[in-house]
Amino acid sequence: MAGPQANDKRPLSPHLQVWRWHVTMATSIFHRASGVALYLGAMVLTAWVVALASGPAAYADFMSFLMSPLCLLILFGITAAACYHLANGIRHLAWDAGKGFDPKVSTATGWATIVAGAVGAVLVFALAFLA
Amino acid sequence: MNHSLRTPLSRARGLGSAKHGVGHFIQQRATAIFLAVLLPWFALSILLGTDGSYDSVMGWMKHPVNAAGTALLVLTGLFHMRLGMQVVIEDYVTGAVARTVSLLANTAIPAILAVIAILSVAKVFVGA
Repeated sequence: MAGPQANDKRPLSPHLQVWRWHVTMATSIFHRASGVALYLGAMVLTAWVVALASGPAAYADFMSFLMSPLCLLILFGITAAACYHLANGIRHLAWDAGKGFDPKVSTATGWATIVAGAVGAVLVFALAFLA
Repeated sequence: MNHSLRTPLSRARGLGSAKHGVGHFIQQRATAIFLAVLLPWFALSILLGTDGSYDSVMGWMKHPVNAAGTALLVLTGLFHMRLGMQVVIEDYVTGAVARTVSLLANTAIPAILAVIAILSVAKVFVGA
């Protein structure tokens, strides 16, 4: 709960205004941002299950809404966030096990999680719309 | 064992430990491990096992393994989501009222989503 820090004027971590951007810092921020974005993803998943339980007409309406250009763009963003958050989450679990802290390794795995997010989202959409 | 007469809140306000950190940390990781299995299973199973139409998705969801897996994914995901958002709120929302309201909403929203989603999966599975 709100403590002594509530009235503190010092900047909050992460100190974006004083740190040089580098990939390990970017992946940390992306992990938070993608996690927050997945809040919306959980709502979409819930809405989808509700539509399914509401019958064929409601499901058709929901799916045609979901397939509108703006919703598809948001859906692609959520998918990329999920793929990225999953890949970087596994990187975090490796760190929790004490592995992969070497700067060269963590930089390489950082780029790998960004690539995994983009490639994963493209693969999911390819499976959904081309298969 | 806590032999102090101070409340956990008082300890935290004095920048001591409220003794909840380790549990939060472990719950976040434990749910992450389950989600790393459940989410790819769900996505691939839906994408490869259905054509997205109402009839095929209904058929998929009526299978006990798929209904149970979807329910587990929703519950584990919402639990993990709540833990993660709690940290974000505690890091960035500093006003006492805004922080309290945000934390309460962060408990209510996943709970409401969980109830709605589980009832929906159950309805499809039972076929009511």
